[in-house]
Amino acid sequence: MTDSIVRTLDSVGNASYFVVALLAVMALFAVVTQKNMIKICISIAILGSSVNLFLVLLGYRHGGEIPIYFLKGAAETMVLPTPQCLTLTAIVIALATTALMLSLIILLHKHYGTLDIDEIRRLRG
Amino acid sequence: MNLSDHLPAFLVMIPLLGAFLTPLAASFGKTVRSVFFVLFMSLILLTGISICASTFGGNILVYVMGAENFSLTLPSGMSYPVRILFEIDAAGALMILCVAIAAFAGALFSVAYMDRFSGWKRFMALYFLLSAGALGMCATGDLFNFFVFVEVSSIASFGLVAFWRDKPEAIEAGFKYMLVSQIAAMLLLIAIGTLYGKYNAVNMGALSSMMRYGTLERIVLAILISVLAFKCGAFPIHTWMPDAYAETPSGVTCLLVTVSQASFYGLIRVCFSLFPGIAGGGMVAWILIVLGCMSMFFGVLMAVVQHEIKRLMGYHSISQVGYMLLAMGVGLLALGNGEKMAEYGLTAMKGGLFHVMNYSFYKALLFLCAGALYYATGTRDLDKMGGLARNMPWTAGMFVIAASAISGLPPFNGFMSKWMIYESSFAVHPILPAVAMITSVLTLASFAKVFQAAFLGPAKADFVAVREVPAFMLAGMAVLTVMTLLLTLFPGWFTGNLFEKAAEALLNQRGYIDAVLGGM
Repeated sequence: MTDSIVRTLDSVGNASYFVVALLAVMALFAVVTQKNMIKICISIAILGSSVNLFLVLLGYRHGGEIPIYFLKGAAETMVLPTPQCLTLTAIVIALATTALMLSLIILLHKHYGTLDIDEIRRLRG
Repeated sequence: MNLSDHLPAFLVMIPLLGAFLTPLAASFGKTVRSVFFVLFMSLILLTGISICASTFGGNILVYVMGAENFSLTLPSGMSYPVRILFEIDAAGALMILCVAIAAFAGALFSVAYMDRFSGWKRFMALYFLLSAGALGMCATGDLFNFFVFVEVSSIASFGLVAFWRDKPEAIEAGFKYMLVSQIAAMLLLIAIGTLYGKYNAVNMGALSSMMRYGTLERIVLAILISVLAFKCGAFPIHTWMPDAYAETPSGVTCLLVTVSQASFYGLIRVCFSLFPGIAGGGMVAWILIVLGCMSMFFGVLMAVVQHEIKRLMGYHSISQVGYMLLAMGVGLLALGNGEKMAEYGLTAMKGGLFHVMNYSFYKALLFLCAGALYYATGTRDLDKMGGLARNMPWTAGMFVIAASAISGLPPFNGFMSKWMIYESSFAVHPILPAVAMITSVLTLASFAKVFQAAFLGPAKADFVAVREVPAFMLAGMAVLTVMTLLLTLFPGWFTGNLFEKAAEALLNQRGYIDAVLGGM
């Protein structure tokens, strides 16, 4: 199982970074063009995921094992543990902000009866 | 164990502890929760002052979390630091002092101001978290840790901007602020990740010692500068700032002002300590100068036409941030050239840091005055107010001090810092001080209008029964007034002991690195 993952990752090379860049650009584009607040929230979540993916990829080493000594024992190469810690922190932060953003959207919908950003601006006058 | 060794840890620990104890303290009634709130805030203030005092002689405080020994920066023979590390030099200590004083004043003010509203538990917990985030941003020596503190302060401030959930404007301002800062934060993380990918380190000292200036570093610097300029409210992406400042409860706006200063600190730290080779001398410096001039000018132009007191002050914040960007841009322009640095660079940096401190105090005071007016009259519309100087003499007096300081009237502190900025930017190009002076004149015009509209003129029938605000609110405002007056009366002492030391600390990249890597 692990071997096949290693082989796949090796065969794609830097392509995974292009996926990250593509996701990030898509998300930024959507934030600017979308009018629906839920879709904006989704784009920000995608941006967050692309950043997390980027961090995990940075720590990947060819054929590396999990960096936990007592589970895996001594290994030739390990993937870097720091980016994984960074990613865990970033995921928790992203969870908090997404939840808060959705709750703000619920309140805005309650006040204005719409999810369209332009409509809200117009109603406010 | 020496307690004073652990000051940097206390700086973040006290507000976090406060935030978690809040639900308990708030359930014992009004007196207990007010005492608890003010007590914890004064502890933070005390810690801030002690930290500032211990960096006085040019010391750099380094504190490592979770190591066998708090001063062990390189555990078990590693060649670069791996643990969470706080590094506070004179520049960081200056920012910590600003944040701690503004947080203390805002807390005193809020004790009375928030009394009318429900939701004390939420308010206090978020207030503590916001202070923890802002203090952490100024104390940390680690880029990822900086990101975490940015997020802690951002999430707390989203909650506080949208604190009055029944007001649609507040929710909208919160949403807008959140959108901008989330995108900024994610880009910040991409930049940090890229640096990590190349250098395998997130510690600023270690990164700075390994830095090779290439294309990748230029891209990272561009992302970092644009992100941090967003967060401190510079010109192109400034629209969230007046909205957020206007809708937040006033005690918090006073702290938000210093939180934006913490982002500004991040910006100068990145430019001076991390990328001095790219940022100094050329294009980056000019970008900051142009951004500064544009923020200054457009901010004040928008402010002049406002009729709502807190929105007006929000636009003034943009123009004040412009002054600091201009000053730091001029400082960066002289970086790496000893002659230019002695001629105008150091003056610009001293002036910029002086302005940071001035701005934190007088702007916070202005927001508290606006809050006092809102508390007493129930409106923020300047057209509806009038003749309030008779009813609220203390507020009026403190407003005059703050407004004269922000407009740069001599002999107030605002004049001195602006003078240093004019003087040094003139050496670069005469048009820069011209823009700054026009901005200053417009600021004066705008605050003269506010004073006239709110405090002078015939008494309005609606406001005959208006009384001076409660003592706690006045106490909060008095703290900031006293600080403004101290800066006015003893500018020489403050410049020599704080701003000059802070400017030197920013320029001393070697010292910043050696404090972590132990002079290797």
